[in-house]
Formats: sequence, C-alpha cells, structure tokens
Amino acid sequence: MASVSELVEARELFRNLTLRELRGKYKQSTLGWAWSMINPLATMLIFAVIFHYVLKVEPPTGKPSGLHSFPFFLLCGLLPWNFLSVGLTAGMGAPLANAGLIKKVYFPREVLTASVVTSWAVQFAIELVVVVIAFLFVGNVTFQWLPAVVMVILIQTVFVYGLALGLGAINVYFRDVQHFLGIAMQLWFYATPIVYPITLIPAHAKLFGHSLPMRALYELNPMVRFVAMYRDLLYNLRWFSLADFLYVTGVAVVTLAIGRGIFLRLEPRFAEEL
Amino acid sequence: MSEVAVSAEHVSKRFRLYHERNNSLKVTLMRRGRAKFEEFWALDDVSLEVPKGTTFGLIGENGSGKSTLLKCMAKILHPDKGITNVNGKVSALLEVGAGFHPELSGRDNIYLNGSILGLSKKELDAKFDTIVEFAGLEQFIDAPVKNYSSGMYVRLGFSVAINVEPDVLLVDEVLAVGDENFQRKCGEKFAELREQGKTIVVVSHALGTMRNLCDHIALLDHGVLKKVGPATEVIDNYVSGTHTDRIADGDADARWGSGEARIDKIEILGLNGQPTSIVHTGDRCTFRYHYSTTEAIKRPVFGLAVSTVDGTLVAGPNTRDAGAVPEKIDGTGHVDLTVSKLLLLPGRYSIDVGIFDFTCVHPFDFRQHALRFDVEAGQPHDTQGLVSLDGTWTVNGATLRLTPDSP
Ligand SMILES: Nc1ncnc2c1ncn2[C@@H]1O[C@H](COP(=O)(O)OP(=O)(O)OP(=O)(O)O)[C@@H](O)[C@H]1O
Ligand SMILES: [Mg+2]
Repeated sequence: MASVSELVEARELFRNLTLRELRGKYKQSTLGWAWSMINPLATMLIFAVIFHYVLKVEPPTGKPSGLHSFPFFLLCGLLPWNFLSVGLTAGMGAPLANAGLIKKVYFPREVLTASVVTSWAVQFAIELVVVVIAFLFVGNVTFQWLPAVVMVILIQTVFVYGLALGLGAINVYFRDVQHFLGIAMQLWFYATPIVYPITLIPAHAKLFGHSLPMRALYELNPMVRFVAMYRDLLYNLRWFSLADFLYVTGVAVVTLAIGRGIFLRLEPRFAEEL
Repeated sequence: MSEVAVSAEHVSKRFRLYHERNNSLKVTLMRRGRAKFEEFWALDDVSLEVPKGTTFGLIGENGSGKSTLLKCMAKILHPDKGITNVNGKVSALLEVGAGFHPELSGRDNIYLNGSILGLSKKELDAKFDTIVEFAGLEQFIDAPVKNYSSGMYVRLGFSVAINVEPDVLLVDEVLAVGDENFQRKCGEKFAELREQGKTIVVVSHALGTMRNLCDHIALLDHGVLKKVGPATEVIDNYVSGTHTDRIADGDADARWGSGEARIDKIEILGLNGQPTSIVHTGDRCTFRYHYSTTEAIKRPVFGLAVSTVDGTLVAGPNTRDAGAVPEKIDGTGHVDLTVSKLLLLPGRYSIDVGIFDFTCVHPFDFRQHALRFDVEAGQPHDTQGLVSLDGTWTVNGATLRLTPDSP
C-alpha cells in the first residue's frame, strides 16, 4: 500500500509524468497544441449545426448576462464533458499503458493515473481560457468568476480521478471494462444537458401509470450539476447554486474514496496480472 | 552483529496458472466468477538476511523463483505471506531492461527513471553526463529507446540503476548482456559500490562470475530455500548436486558426466618429467590427463580450472580456446598441457578437470578438486597476488641487478 510518505516522495515523479503527458500529447503532429482547440471546436460546430440549425434546439437566454448563443451554450457543457470523457478513458488505461514500468520498478502506481488525469485537466483549463477570450467578443466578461471556475475544475478533477482509479484497477483484471465504458459514455452524454437545455426534462413523467420525479432523478447525475455550474459562471454570469456545489463536492469525495479503495486493494497484484 | 540491508521473512508467493487467459467478463460470468486456474507456490516460506555492504547471490534452476524473490524485494510483487524489508533506497534492474518507456528518448527516460527512484531534477542534471557516458550512448541519447539494440537498452538501464546511488542494488541476469568492454565497466562499478558499503543482490546463472562476485549465496529450488552460505560452498554444493547424470566413482570430491569418456588420472609432471605435487614458481611443468573412452568421441574439449583453495578461479585453459581440439579420441591415451613457465605464486591450489563436447555444455566427465598441489617460492619472487607478471623493472632505463635479501 502506498503510504503518505511515499506519495510525498513521488511528487517529483508526478510532475515528470504529467509533463511527459502534456508534452507527448501532440508530439508528432504539425499543428501541435492547436489540436487541443481544433478538436472541441470541430465537435462544437457539428453539434451546433445538427442541434441548433437542423433540430432547432433553442439555447436559454443567460440571466443576468442576456446572452443568447447556442455555440457558447454548447461549449460550456461540451468542454467539461470532453474532460470527463478523455480524462476517464486515458486515466483508466494508465496502468495498462504503463505495464512496462509497473513490471520493472516500484513506485506508488496511482501516480500514473493522477498524472494522466491532471494533464487532461490542464488541457481543459487551457481550452477554457480560449473560450473565456471568445466570450469577450459576445460581451460576456467572465473574469470575476474565474476563481470559482478553477474551483469547479478542481472538484471535477477529483471526481474524474476517483472514477479513473477504480475503473482502471478493475480494468487490469477485466479488460471488458473499457469497452463497456464506450457505451456507457454515450448514454451518459445524452443524459447530460449538453446539446439541449435542462428545461427540456419535465419535472414529472408518467411511467406505467406511476408519476416519476423525472427531473430529480435526472439531477442525480453529477455531470448535470457540473455543467450547470460551468454555465452559471460563464454563460449566465452568476453564482452556481449551493445545492449543486454541495452535491458535486460530496459525490467527488465519495467517488475518490471508493475508487482509491478499490485501486489500493487491487494494486499489489498489478505486476503479475498485466 | 552487522546491519541487515535486505531481509525476507517467511516469504511465500503464489501464482495462478490460467489454463485459458481470462480477462473478459463474459468468460468470468459464464463460469460464475471462477476462472480455471491452478495455483502454485513460486516461493515457499523463504527467509534470509543480507548484511549491509555485502554482495549476495541467488542461484537455482530456471523457474526456481529467483526473479520472483528479487521482485518481492523490489516491492514489485507483493508476497502472499511474509514480508520483505529493505533499508535504504532500492534500485532494481530486472531481467531485460529497466522500466523504460519505448516512445521516449533515452534522455527523457533517464529523467523519468531517476524520478521514479526519487531523485530531483537537479540531482539528475548533475548525474546526467555520467550516466550517458557510462552507458556509452552519447550519440543515441535523443533517439527513442524503442530503436535501441537490446545491448544498448540494458546498458542504459544498468547505467541509470547504479548511478542513482542506491543503497541496495538488485540485479537480475543482466550481466551477461553487453559487450566485453561494458562487462568490465560493470565489474569495476560493482567493486566500487562494494567499497562504498552498498549492498548488492544479484541473480545469475554464470556460476563462475557469481563465485568471484558474491560473499554469500542462496540456493533456491522450486521456490524453497535450499541453502545459504559462503559463495564457494553453496556453488560447489549446487554444482555437484545438479549434474549427477551418471555419477562416476568418487575418489575426488565430486564427479559427474555422461561417462563416454573418462579421466582416469590427472598428474603433474615436474622438471624431471616425474609426477609431483610440489612445483616452484617459474618452473616448467606439465598437466597430464590419462583418459579412456567407451566409444569414439568427436572433437572433445579438455579443460582445466586452477583455483585457490578458497575457491578463486585463477586460470581456466581449455583445448577449445587454444584452438587445439583433437578431431576425435578413441580408446585410451593421454593429453598434456605443458606450461613452460608456471607463474603461480606460492600457495596451495586445486584443479578441476573435465572432458566436454565441443559446445562445452555437455560434460563426459568432470572431476572437481581432482588434484591439489603446492607451489613453492621460485623465480620470479613476488609476494603479492596470485600470479606473477614476470616483468622486468628498469629505473631510468637501467636494469638493476637482483639484490640479495641480506646485505
Ligand atoms: N506473473 C506470473 N504469473 C504466473 N506465474 C509466474 C509469473 N511470474 C513467474 N511465474 C512462475 O513462477 C515460477 C518462478 O519464476 P521465476 O521467474 O522467479 O524463476 P527464475 O528462478 O527467475 O527462473 P530463470 O532462471 O528462468 O530466470 C515459474 O514457474 C514461473 O512460471
Ligand atoms: Mg529469472
């Protein structure tokens, strides 16, 4: 088991691995880091065309910002989603991707997952910086909300890290987990108000004659809350609700505790299972 | 009581042997969670202590658990029972290659591996040049390590592992890789580490090297610790235990081989051509094998190993290295090794003799400690070391006359 002192000693390693991830990301491509912007922008354009112009999904008007723009509405949900999606996939694959290291040297293995997730968090932050600048052109001055945005990023990072640890450890034993994840992520994407406003989800719905509290169930999904928080801060220019904040913090902490628990339990046999 | 650097207490390690590798959930679900596997103990209640500052060897047959034990010491594997303890910083070089990332350059890998071993960027900057120079990879350091040859890979791994100044160095079967030049450098580095009081645990099948390198050796057999003790003793015990194909009669300490050719007698002929057990430094002498065969043997290799009584190998001439392998032997006869000037210094020596096939793998007959003999003072008259170099000293170009001991 990785003791705290080992984790402190692994600081340098964590830094190195994170830098390696960041540097290596676009190493052999000509456009390099520009890809980190091109990718989400391309997705954004595709979704904007399909959902806004073809399917006529209307974005809500920002209160109090008064902003009414589907692309910006979309970006506030899409970027956090991308972070979850790639951070989780890559973080979960970290033990497999580094089998060579794990079988040859000892170090607290969770550093691998931590550095991968952190590198994607950094990339997410950089993407948000670009978006923040773009917001200026449509009149949303977001600077005063940025400290709060950073805090939400941190909470989301803890959440993604916890998930990646737990699933990544199980994935060493059952490689199917990563394939299941592909399907689960698609479901999760549409269960989160990214390409549509949350107002499309009714408060109650009738199912087999029973009335279901649809919206309340829907809001159990922590990503619903995360997206709402980013939108409040960047699109609406207002504080997120305390309920959202408490809920995601709670979920992040519990996910980390469980994920890390699973990871530390399974970690000792990694070297022989890989 | 000396300090203990590495210890294993009742360490047992169990592995699963899957009949069908089962990484898919489908298979698991279909079998209701029970994959088909057998369990076996790769290590069974192994306890040992490695004193600080010593070199400790692990030997045993393939699959006896040496690498597993080393990995437990390095904390890469987690024993199912018992614990291993290491005092100080560990650096491990296991089987082929260190933990390198194939896509990264040698340079990045040095920093990566260094930081895994807990070194800061600053410390690594300071050591970087030494590491690269020791590995002899100046030209390749910015190429991705996936493009390295296996020798280069190991050299870099070894160079990182020893230059990060670990307290305990764990080395598995890597000494054999690398060219002669590099092996020599490794040998020197080992000696240096020992002088600095570092502890080394090494796994190797090269018993000759192990005999010279190690203070103590542990012998593993199917995961069970069979013997621990001084290097020479354990190796001799192991060697005589493993090669008993068809053991011939034993007037000597130990003897083994398949028996198609036998060494009936080995003798040393002195100056006068008569058998003797005492020779003098600088004398001419002959080692004579009397052999007999049960069938014709093609290209047999006759070998001789001269060791001190404490087990240090001094010389190991054989007919293959000398390019003097007879085409075939049949019946009885004798083979002589004539030494025109025996440069051994005074002391007691023991010789092992053997007849092998041309590959030197298969022994027809091997006799350990077949003969002991004494060397007495002669000319040259050195007092230090095992052999004389038979050199001539000159001072300012002038050869000095031998001075008598007393004025
Ligand atoms: N990850 C693993 N899973 C299952 N069995 C393993 C694993 N690693 C090693 N074993 C088994 O454990 C036993 C001991 O292996 P180990 O590698 O320690 O042997 P060794 O003494 O180092 O042998 P060699 O001289 O060939 O290097 C072997 O039977 C091997 O098949
Ligand atoms: Mg081995």
